[in-house]
Amino acid sequence: MSHVDAFTPTFRHGSDPYHLGHGTGEARHSARGHGEGGPASKRVIVGYGFWIFLLSDIVMFSAFFAAHAVLQTATAGGPTGRELFDPTSIALETACLLVSSFTCGMSAVATGARSRLWTQVFLFVTGLLGAAFLALEAHDFAGMIAAGAGPQRSAFLSSFFALVGCHGLHVTAGLLWLGTMMAQVYVKGFRPNILRRLLCFNLFWHVLDIIWIALFTMVYLIGEGR
Amino acid sequence: MTDERQVLDEIGLDDIAPGVTEAANYSIRGAIWTYAIGFGLAVLLTVASFATVKTPLIWGPGIAVMLSVLAVAQMGVHLVFFLHMTSDPDNTNNALALAFGVLIVLLVVFGSLWIMGYLGGRLMPAGEMPQHMMQMQR
Repeated sequence: MSHVDAFTPTFRHGSDPYHLGHGTGEARHSARGHGEGGPASKRVIVGYGFWIFLLSDIVMFSAFFAAHAVLQTATAGGPTGRELFDPTSIALETACLLVSSFTCGMSAVATGARSRLWTQVFLFVTGLLGAAFLALEAHDFAGMIAAGAGPQRSAFLSSFFALVGCHGLHVTAGLLWLGTMMAQVYVKGFRPNILRRLLCFNLFWHVLDIIWIALFTMVYLIGEGR
Repeated sequence: MTDERQVLDEIGLDDIAPGVTEAANYSIRGAIWTYAIGFGLAVLLTVASFATVKTPLIWGPGIAVMLSVLAVAQMGVHLVFFLHMTSDPDNTNNALALAFGVLIVLLVVFGSLWIMGYLGGRLMPAGEMPQHMMQMQR
């Protein structure tokens, strides 16, 4: 989210000689908020606003995490995490998301180079990896439910399906957004508003991976040890 | 990166108006390196996490602490290398918002664990509680 990045629109020098409605650039030498140098650029403000949303989303996840942490041993005589989780599958899911975060970053680099082709290629690879993650997760869930370890079995499993399922829903929403962005880049190209949407999508996708780090550590790795 | 930014600052090239998209003033090689370094560190930390569970080298109760440290480190790596969180003045608001978010997350998670643990402990002496009730309490 630094000032000049892949999503900073590029302009011919002097295209806005009077700095109408935009910062003169003074403010970046001191903290924002003093009014010195005018308001920050739209890209910075959009990034900030979306970051606030993401943080609120993380706070919402923290409630699910807290519920799961409290209920982790409340198995009601049912199966425990150690019996249910398949470490290979979790490692594969983790790998899918981590690599997809990297390819998402590569799509941002391609956007910075204003290459439509490579942006699309890397977005597509990101989407494939995200879909692979979802397929693995759905397969795990289906196996657990078929074995009688569905969300209604115990408080532990209710909180597990709520937390992991919520993350899965976020990934699903991310995939829909990704498809939309590919279509918009194809039709509209790298206009400033499309660049801002790509910035937000990148932030969203990377934050999903950060939540997954907390998730595989707390739910699977620490949970497995119990 | 820094040099380029200074140049951009001087000529005001990144000053904003809707309009022309020209070739970006953006170091592709530097950006790829940032993501590659971040990815390498993230892979190392992830592998370390999964190895921590498998290895007999670490004392049992220490495993959770080790995993937490690795997870926090990896989140830091993602924030810096993927989300480009910096100490740049433009990032002050983002960093402050993050700090507040982290505060709330810690309050919610550890507050819940603390309160529920306290209530569980007060309800009945653990020794007298039948096994199935203990599980429900927690």
